[in-house]
Amino acid sequence: MARPERIDLAADVLVIGSGAAGMSAAIAADAAGADVLMVDRSLIGRGGATVMAQMTVAVALGEEEPDHWRHHFADTMAAGRGLTDPALAALLCEHGPDAIRQMEAWHVGWARHPDGRIRQAHAPGHDRPRCVYVDFLSTGPAVSRTLRGQVQRQAAIRRIGDLCITDLVVSDGRAAGAVGFAVSSGAPVAIAAKTVIVATGGLTRLYRRNSASANMGGDGYALALRAGAPLVDMEFVQFFPIGHLAPRLIGMDPIMWDPFRYKLGGRLLNREGREFTDDYGVTEDGTYRATRDLATYAILKEVEAGRGSPAGGAYLSFRHVPEERLRAAFGPVIDRLAKNGIDLARMDVEVAPIAHYHMGGIKVGASFETEVAGLYAAGEAVGGANGANRLSGNAITEALVFGRFAGEAAAAQARRMQRPTWGARDAAAALSLVAEEGGASAANPAALVAALQELMARDVGPFRTAEGLDRALAEIARLGAALGTRPPGVPRPFDTARLDWFDLRNMLCVAEAVARAARARSESRGAHQREDFPAQSEAWAVHQIVRLDAGRLALARMPVEGTAEAAQ
Amino acid sequence: MSDRARLLIRRGLPGEPERWDAFEVAFERGQSVLDGLRRIRIEQDPDLAFRFSCINANACKECMMLVDGKVAYACIARLEPREMRLAPLPNKTLVRDLVTEIAPPDERIGNPPQN
Repeated sequence: MARPERIDLAADVLVIGSGAAGMSAAIAADAAGADVLMVDRSLIGRGGATVMAQMTVAVALGEEEPDHWRHHFADTMAAGRGLTDPALAALLCEHGPDAIRQMEAWHVGWARHPDGRIRQAHAPGHDRPRCVYVDFLSTGPAVSRTLRGQVQRQAAIRRIGDLCITDLVVSDGRAAGAVGFAVSSGAPVAIAAKTVIVATGGLTRLYRRNSASANMGGDGYALALRAGAPLVDMEFVQFFPIGHLAPRLIGMDPIMWDPFRYKLGGRLLNREGREFTDDYGVTEDGTYRATRDLATYAILKEVEAGRGSPAGGAYLSFRHVPEERLRAAFGPVIDRLAKNGIDLARMDVEVAPIAHYHMGGIKVGASFETEVAGLYAAGEAVGGANGANRLSGNAITEALVFGRFAGEAAAAQARRMQRPTWGARDAAAALSLVAEEGGASAANPAALVAALQELMARDVGPFRTAEGLDRALAEIARLGAALGTRPPGVPRPFDTARLDWFDLRNMLCVAEAVARAARARSESRGAHQREDFPAQSEAWAVHQIVRLDAGRLALARMPVEGTAEAAQ
Repeated sequence: MSDRARLLIRRGLPGEPERWDAFEVAFERGQSVLDGLRRIRIEQDPDLAFRFSCINANACKECMMLVDGKVAYACIARLEPREMRLAPLPNKTLVRDLVTEIAPPDERIGNPPQN
């Protein structure tokens, strides 16, 4: 079979990723007059994390009770345990209401009271009801569908799915586009662009149990690192405390119990049938109050003490909730549970922490530009807005708001340029990797991915030690050696082994960044818990920056910005 | 202990002679066909091609294929301790193995925007 020919594309603004951040960025850049190309390694608007969102979007609308974005800001700062970037958090909170009203104008269908007010749920860590949602468990699909509808209306937004970006191209010190391959044919692809926005989401695929799609392997972080842009706060991986564990169920996202707890409270119980978060400082008593970092800690400590559920988590019980209330709150979902053999009126389910979100990410300035000129980031790919622990509901809000600002800034900069700075020499190495025959590797890249997920869950999960992190770093190096420097085989249609090779190349780079930053931070803070350094330390109220320097990751510390003026 | 399913899978590129590969895969009750396919890639054949993004939630709608001759989502079709036949969607252009071209035409590379 003949090798597929190279495809050359060009755009003013290249957007990588088509979740809420990517689509918002594309819409904003298009509105600012740019010729936009939005690409996704999966199908447009289907992969990523947005479509998986079950319920909450935090925003100070004041529909449920009076609110102001500064209250939301205060909660976001507090949740981040001293590391939240005040400028990013302020943007998120101040412009959230506009973004949410805009979505409403585009008919997303936020749940409403009979009198027409938008419903806002009270999520842990918020000082008042603030989280809008779409029933039932449909927030993500509704947000995705709504943005997709808008993207499709804009003639100038070109969309290409099944296109895996493998490297960014930097020419004359500026982002000049990207290189990748068309998954369905294997054809190498070169995209020249005046500016580039990375909106690829987080890194939950690094962990065995996770709540996002298969394509959340941290690729955007690795792309940015290799292009010369630093990352920040990489040690802070959020685990969602009550991911579904048992019995096995299908057709439901593992974070589905979050909305159940918002609406119905529920009781988180240990093996003895006792609510245990009191022992860790938060009395829930049938309500949903414990923040994600604390609940994760409490559940895993109970398991460690031998008081976990049989499958190794905690019980979540709604047996005290009358059946009519269950049905009123979740209607068709109750039937879907019944098909899986789950009757909440009569049985408890088992839950356990599951990798959910990444607080760390690409370091950006106020306009979402990275340290590489012309390279922007948006959404979960951005580090800093949520410090050491993200508040429930901030992820979709930041995707919408950051996407919009990044899109506007990238379009404005593109407008000032005649053409991309793309130089063929700067793309040569990346093109060679996707276009030429690689090695005849004996390793199964899918098995290597699974091995990485196991070691990350074991040694770089919610609890960490120097010993475990050293072991993880050694194994990551070993997997890197097994991966080799060239992808297996030749370009051909939907070559999953080759796709895994490129994914694993990114995943190993990002896993090392997380483990190295976690190894250096000798304290416990938010989502980063060191068993050998259990206390939070004032000396560690600093960010860690990761750079790729001559092929090696280098760590540095960066002071936290003063919060006083931003908070006023 | 665990059950075993025998997955008989239609393989190959468009225009190639019809070929079916059989894989034995261990599973626990309640697991999905997609779980079985992912396990085959890790343990037996990393080259097996099928589409999915969301793994478990039936949110991405990418894993549609023929399961025993009927159109189904692999993520919500349950594995059973017997032979199950998996084939690509018959009414879509075949890409490879169980993967078909399901993207809207104007979102494929090489096609201009339609709007």
